Amino acid sequence: MALDLSLYDKVFENRVRLQVMSILVANDEYDFNSLKELLEVTDGNLASNLKTLEKEGYITVEKRFIDRKPNTRYRRTEQGKKAFENHLTALESLIRQQGR
Amino acid sequence: MNQDDLIKEIGHIRSMMEKSSKFISISGLSGILIGLYALLGAALAYIKIDGIQSGLDYQERTIDKSTVTFLILLALAVLAASLLTGIWMAGRKARRIKQSIWNVTSRSLLFALAVPLVTGGIVCIIWVIKGYYMLVASTLLVFYGLALTAGSVYTFKEVRWLGLLEIMLGLLALLLPGYGLWLWAAGFGLLHMIYGFIVYKKYE
Repeated sequence: MALDLSLYDKVFENRVRLQVMSILVANDEYDFNSLKELLEVTDGNLASNLKTLEKEGYITVEKRFIDRKPNTRYRRTEQGKKAFENHLTALESLIRQQGR
Repeated sequence: MNQDDLIKEIGHIRSMMEKSSKFISISGLSGILIGLYALLGAALAYIKIDGIQSGLDYQERTIDKSTVTFLILLALAVLAASLLTGIWMAGRKARRIKQSIWNVTSRSLLFALAVPLVTGGIVCIIWVIKGYYMLVASTLLVFYGLALTAGSVYTFKEVRWLGLLEIMLGLLALLLPGYGLWLWAAGFGLLHMIYGFIVYKKYE
């Protein structure tokens, strides 16, 4: 099989972004604090990576207030899901390539 | 990237997908304890209804008001002890595996469990008010099984099998109301212990 690197997505080279996308593919939506708790990263680190994903059009952001506290929720977009799946395919073919 | 990096990368993906969507802090040991409480409760109920001397065969029973009150209180005591044990041990396990006990997954799990459980509880209250006591054991088993099957999406896949088996026992209890207590003991006691043992062996 030819090595198809066109599917490899540089956006997911960052581990936080890759993990955020994994969570948003497995779940319909997730809020900021739950993401932070699961990933064990700082507010700033998480926020800047979420911003990048949003700019790429991979996730959407929904801000609302629960009991007057801000509650920000994130969802994957179809484009984001597709990109994530492609990236997985690229990783798989890389492994297969090296396994030979 | 070399092979090890790639495999690690995929490991991160897998663990995040799993951790974010499944509540895995349920303790297997608590399953065994809860099973023990249920067996103890069933034994007390058996002694109260039939006396220690009676046989194990199929029986038509008539029970009076005070016995019903005793059985309800007993069932509530077993339920309370089970809930406390389950929550306490889940909290311990959560600390150990660094998962919080109140998060997206536990909320989803609780909601999925609550809908069938509350419905079943209300149905049982209606049975008791109407005097259909013999339907209570089977109704509890069936709705508890439905709750587990619904909740299994958010936790160990073994929970689905536990749920299906509880439903089967409940339906059997509906066919054979005289064996209600025995099937109840098998469902809430024995099955919990077997399930708890399997989860303990496999995940802890």
